[in-house]
Amino acid sequence: MKIVVCAKYVPDATGDRKFNADNTVDRVGVDGVLSELDEYAVEEALQIRDATDGEVVVVTVGPEVARAAVLKSLQMGADSGVHVLDEAIHGSDSAATSLILARAVERQRPDLVLCGMASTDGGMSVVPAMLAERLGLPQVTFASEVVVEDTTVRIRRDGDAATEVIEATTPLILSVTDQCNEPRYPSFKGIMAAKKKPVETLTLGDLGIAADQVGLDAAWTRVDGFTERLPKSAGTVVTDDNGSGADQLVSFLVSQKFV
Amino acid sequence: MSFELSREHEDFRKSVREFAAAEIAPRAARWDKEHTFPVETVRQMGELGLFGLTAPEEYGGAGDYGDFTSLCVAIEEIGRVDQSMGITLEAAVGLGINPILTFGTAEQREKWLPDLVAGTALAGFGLTEPGAGSDAAATKTRAQLVGDEWVINGSKQFITNSGSEITSLVTVTARTGEREGGKAEVSTIIVPAGTPGFVVENAYDKLGWRASDTHPLSLTDVHVPADHLLGERGRGYGQFLATLDDGRVAIAALAVGCIQACLEMSVQYAGERTTFNVPIGAKQGVAFQIADLQVMAEAARGLTYKAAALKDAGRPRAEFKQAAAVAKLYSTEAAVTATRIATQVFGGYGFMEEYPVARFYRDAKVLEIGEGTSEVQRILIARSLGLPVE
Ligand SMILES: Cc1cc2nc3c(=O)[nH]c(=O)nc-3n(C[C@H](O)[C@H](O)[C@H](O)COP(=O)(O)OP(=O)(O)OC[C@H]3O[C@@H](n4cnc5c(N)ncnc54)[C@H](O)[C@@H]3O)c2cc1C
Repeated sequence: MKIVVCAKYVPDATGDRKFNADNTVDRVGVDGVLSELDEYAVEEALQIRDATDGEVVVVTVGPEVARAAVLKSLQMGADSGVHVLDEAIHGSDSAATSLILARAVERQRPDLVLCGMASTDGGMSVVPAMLAERLGLPQVTFASEVVVEDTTVRIRRDGDAATEVIEATTPLILSVTDQCNEPRYPSFKGIMAAKKKPVETLTLGDLGIAADQVGLDAAWTRVDGFTERLPKSAGTVVTDDNGSGADQLVSFLVSQKFV
Repeated sequence: MSFELSREHEDFRKSVREFAAAEIAPRAARWDKEHTFPVETVRQMGELGLFGLTAPEEYGGAGDYGDFTSLCVAIEEIGRVDQSMGITLEAAVGLGINPILTFGTAEQREKWLPDLVAGTALAGFGLTEPGAGSDAAATKTRAQLVGDEWVINGSKQFITNSGSEITSLVTVTARTGEREGGKAEVSTIIVPAGTPGFVVENAYDKLGWRASDTHPLSLTDVHVPADHLLGERGRGYGQFLATLDDGRVAIAALAVGCIQACLEMSVQYAGERTTFNVPIGAKQGVAFQIADLQVMAEAARGLTYKAAALKDAGRPRAEFKQAAAVAKLYSTEAAVTATRIATQVFGGYGFMEEYPVARFYRDAKVLEIGEGTSEVQRILIARSLGLPVE
């Protein structure tokens, strides 16, 4: 089974985040990583590959530094990578990104396209659906368990009120949640082997996309402004004087709508 | 000349660091307190390939991709959060896998290595005895070839990874005869766990490395097949000297992890803790000591990875041997000093088990003792300089 994973390079959530002057996310001047949520997609792809004797290709769209997301996936065990790199891509919104991904993915003629459930920076969770639309393929999203048998893919989808089991046949777009597996840490062997794995770099021209179809000017959405996150407040200390501690905790949780 | 590890080694450092932060750091204090040996974590370390970094691919190892430097990186990073699991890895590879890989027959390697490399089994290395530590050649344990079996009698002490629930074997050194001139002929023999007469005594109650598995062993009429001899008969002395040379660098890497932990904990604490209205890091008395920690970390790291690089480059034994002793001596003594400084920086909290500093303080001391004491390292270095030291 040939599997393509769409993997995004995002600013490290544990580090500082910055924006560029045009209100786009700064991906170059800050520490970046393969989006944690995409690690689950890579891991799931590797497990399916190993069970089906297939192949895993990782596709990423982003600036030069985004190659690190491909590399990490290769270190985990993916077979090859595709990096779509073009200055005109800067500022693309999810619709444009899905166009670029769609063109890059369809060249691979995959049986299965795997995505994370959302990116950890934009967090819109829309690219898998847009990709499915553009490729004319069925989509099954938010899988917390994936079982593949030949051309049948069965997933479990945990909702707030119910758990659904959905079956689909390949070719198919699938997004997975952080419940579906434990992504592996790259081994030294994997890291060394990744050095020799092929990574294809493509431009928009290679994909038959005109520069004005993507980028900031073509975006359907625009960030008008942003404000810094408020500094952390001091927090509330509950003292359990006369057995009222539990009640105080409960009313705090309720007032914050945590329960 | 390059003073940096390769990009791949640094990527691997990141990977092990993430693993250690997620899987080991949150549990280390509890394992230490309860003297628990976490078999499941050992298995996870195996999945990450940590036991196979110097083993051929046919046994599940990293093969040509792996090297000794990557093993040192792994030990340093595990040791940075938990010295007990660091020594578990160090001993598993340096003392458990290494002798079998280096001296074992094809059959012995095929039989034992795959599980050891996978982390589903562990091997111990039984050299030290109640009467033979620094003077390891004074071993009293005897093995006699009776028919096609070795019959072993004696005892061993302080043996790491020798009694865990997944220990599959211990290699023991034993006198197998006398040479001309009355000197003992020492050989190394593989004793599978569970062999009748091979008794693993209760684990030690140790000052540090409390989650590491260490036992005294007793051997009473233990019968093993003749083909359990490791390598050639009478080569035991040379075998354990070679084994310990490699192990010393790995222990130095464990010490580097310890120093690095002290440095990071001290920098953070000195920025947070205020006295007299300023962070304690504003006081030279504190800041200068932490500056010294940085010097120790860099110096120890430099010596350790230099020795590892000599090994990976296949440089002459004598050159490597000296570098290994230098790295072990400096790094372990610096680690003990570093834990003393870090504990001092933490003040009274440094004495409380609620912070990891106290655990590192207890763990560090043994670094100056195991796999050759500091005195033994000085003897080796002095000899390598041509001095007629005893
Ligand atoms: C936690 C732990 C785990 C261990 N794991 C293992 C293991 O897996 N396998 C194994 O075989 N051993 C193991 N050991 C044993 C360790 O290698 C020995 O303890 C060490 O080599 C010292 O031997 P000793 O304890 O007999 O001390 P001794 O040799 O009795 O030394 C006592 C003191 O005398 C000094 N001394 C001795 N000879 C000289 C000399 N010629 N000149 C100057 N000073 C000298 C020593 O440096 C030391 O300070 C372990 C020890 C510990 C504590």
